Amino acid sequence: MRIVIGEGSCGIAAGAKKLHSALSQLGAEVGITGCIGMCYLEPIIDLYEGQDLKARLVRVQDKDAQRIVDAAKSGDLSGVEDLRISSDDESFLSKQTRIALRHCGIIDPESIDSYRAADGYKAIAKVRESMTPEEVIEEIKISGLAGRGGAGFPTWFKWNAARNSKGDEKYLICNADEGDPGAFMDRAVIESDPHSLLEGMLIAAYAIGAKRAFVYVRAEYPLAIIRLEKAIADATAAGIMGDCEIRIKAGAGAFVCGEETALIESLEGNRGMPRLKPPFPAEKGYIQKPSNINNVETFANVAWIILNGGKAFAAMGTENSKGTKVFALTGKIRRGGLVEIPMGLTLRDVIFDIGGGIRDGKKFKAVQMGGPSGGCIPESLLDTRIDYKELGATGAIMGSGGMVVMDDSTCMVNMARFFLDFTAKESCGKCVHCRIGTKRLHETLVRITEGKGKEGDVELLEELCRGIKDGALCGLGQTAPNPVLTTIRYFRDEYDAHIRQQQCPAKECVALRRFTIDPVKCRGCTMCARNCPVGAITGTVKNPHVIDQTKCIKCGACKATCKFGAIND
Amino acid sequence: MCENCVKSDLSLLEPVFREFEGDEHALVSILQKAQEVYGYLPIDAVYRIAENQKVSPAKVLGVATFYSQFRLQPVGKNLILLCKGTACHVNGADTIAKAIKEELGIGDGETTADGVFSLKEVACLGCCSLSPVMMVNETAYGSLTPAKAKAILRGIRDEGK
Repeated sequence: MRIVIGEGSCGIAAGAKKLHSALSQLGAEVGITGCIGMCYLEPIIDLYEGQDLKARLVRVQDKDAQRIVDAAKSGDLSGVEDLRISSDDESFLSKQTRIALRHCGIIDPESIDSYRAADGYKAIAKVRESMTPEEVIEEIKISGLAGRGGAGFPTWFKWNAARNSKGDEKYLICNADEGDPGAFMDRAVIESDPHSLLEGMLIAAYAIGAKRAFVYVRAEYPLAIIRLEKAIADATAAGIMGDCEIRIKAGAGAFVCGEETALIESLEGNRGMPRLKPPFPAEKGYIQKPSNINNVETFANVAWIILNGGKAFAAMGTENSKGTKVFALTGKIRRGGLVEIPMGLTLRDVIFDIGGGIRDGKKFKAVQMGGPSGGCIPESLLDTRIDYKELGATGAIMGSGGMVVMDDSTCMVNMARFFLDFTAKESCGKCVHCRIGTKRLHETLVRITEGKGKEGDVELLEELCRGIKDGALCGLGQTAPNPVLTTIRYFRDEYDAHIRQQQCPAKECVALRRFTIDPVKCRGCTMCARNCPVGAITGTVKNPHVIDQTKCIKCGACKATCKFGAIND
Repeated sequence: MCENCVKSDLSLLEPVFREFEGDEHALVSILQKAQEVYGYLPIDAVYRIAENQKVSPAKVLGVATFYSQFRLQPVGKNLILLCKGTACHVNGADTIAKAIKEELGIGDGETTADGVFSLKEVACLGCCSLSPVMMVNETAYGSLTPAKAKAILRGIRDEGK
């Protein structure tokens, strides 16, 4: 049997490379693949007989190498039975519908032959042989494909506008500057299936009439860049690129460059500050030439649509949102990873059916969608469908696909503070409302989490939010208030508890914690007193101890060391 | 050009300039290559780049200070990128920051006195399912606990000895 090991970034961080060399040292032929999406089970090894997957082994350790090699040689799987994926975990995959991720974790991302064997580059051949650019655009229109970067703008419309724009020199740009903290869909696609991105781009370039294209990738994704470079070199050598040249530009770390006009500024070598629209990039984009920008996941769907027809894609989803969407399911979730599902499933389906619900038997509190531009959705809205319009109505957004699940140990005020810390730092500074407004929002939220909130703070936050939404030029500023507005809307009681009762219900805000020792439970073992870094705990052996609140720095060291559960907070 | 500044070997920039010759939009790429060469952007290199690209030093510095990837000070031998993304935040990135502070005595943007480690907090490394995560010299370490993070850093320090 063939041994194939998952070597996406997650797999490698979990030890896949070490495992690979351990297997190689035992003389085994080891193939690689990208990310299957079950990050919580990494490292993962698949055993294939020809093209048939015979066994999937999970959470494999270096010490398992010998018996895996033995099993692969003999074909007898009894020696690795304990490593095989459980049927419960298998349901993580079986409940998904994979289009953008169709090859991820199956093909070898570093082999163009592997991609070709999986119908790769058949769509671009079909397009070049038998379709006009207009027909390509029409097919994408029928599919209902919308921008997967977050805004959900119809893809065909952008392509059509760029096609109809005057001028011979047109540019195609792939936005792979996946900046939302908590999102890694695009990284996984590039690392696991770089050729499908290239094929999607080549089809778009053909439709628009672009001869030059860029992929703007985050510099934080070194493996993605390496695999994409190889894919471009291999596709060029195989003569697939035709008259289109695709170049990689590494981003330099600025969240605002996810905004298309800021990205263009950055491509031109400038500070990544958004431009006024109109003119839209379709008229005047990169170096003032007509340009079209799509996200990685959008492109990853294109070849499938061409081969299977726009109708097949549109058959999935809801009235407003067609096809599938990839989500990065993370946080306090039992089964975290990459999930691709048809639009129209509910949040509950994704988080509980596929993700297995909350870890450690805790209670679901909220799911954050759309990163710093999105919002927190509470339990009462878990039956909301995955649909651009319905998610938008909650105050959150579909976003690029980050889905961070939180349990009752996450403080929602602190969550809002976290995002505003991020947007205040990432604001490019062009618009006063965003530059100063996000800073003021952040300051106010910090004050509340430190127990210095006052009556009227929530109203002040809301007023600032309205001002920023109205006054900011680009998407970053206009959506920056969303995390604040949604947490106020759904978790107002937590704000009030911080401000009025000086309490953090989730017990996350350190300044609001108050540690005391239960004299009944305390055995006087002195452990806490010895571990207190500031000597705030006094008492004698075998007698209850006491914490001096004026000295306590609320570090929680006493609670962590107490063996009798005598410390309350 | 400032008199008291470092004197870098500016000839190292020549291959970079050749690679991007004639590309007036390559400033970000040139700065990235220059940082690979020197480990940071020495101020005299910034001036040289401005001269070569026929733009003002202010423009180059403006770009260099806009993007979080660029640094104008040298960093330690091992660069720790501590992820402060949403998933890592929810899973306790702050406790890892505290552990690094305890182990190395440095906070965000600081370098140890012996020049062995620098710490930089970043928004997201994209390994969210392994959160909390840190990356040292492009190797990602996931599912960290404060104790595990300390052990990894000790291991790297010992390896270098």
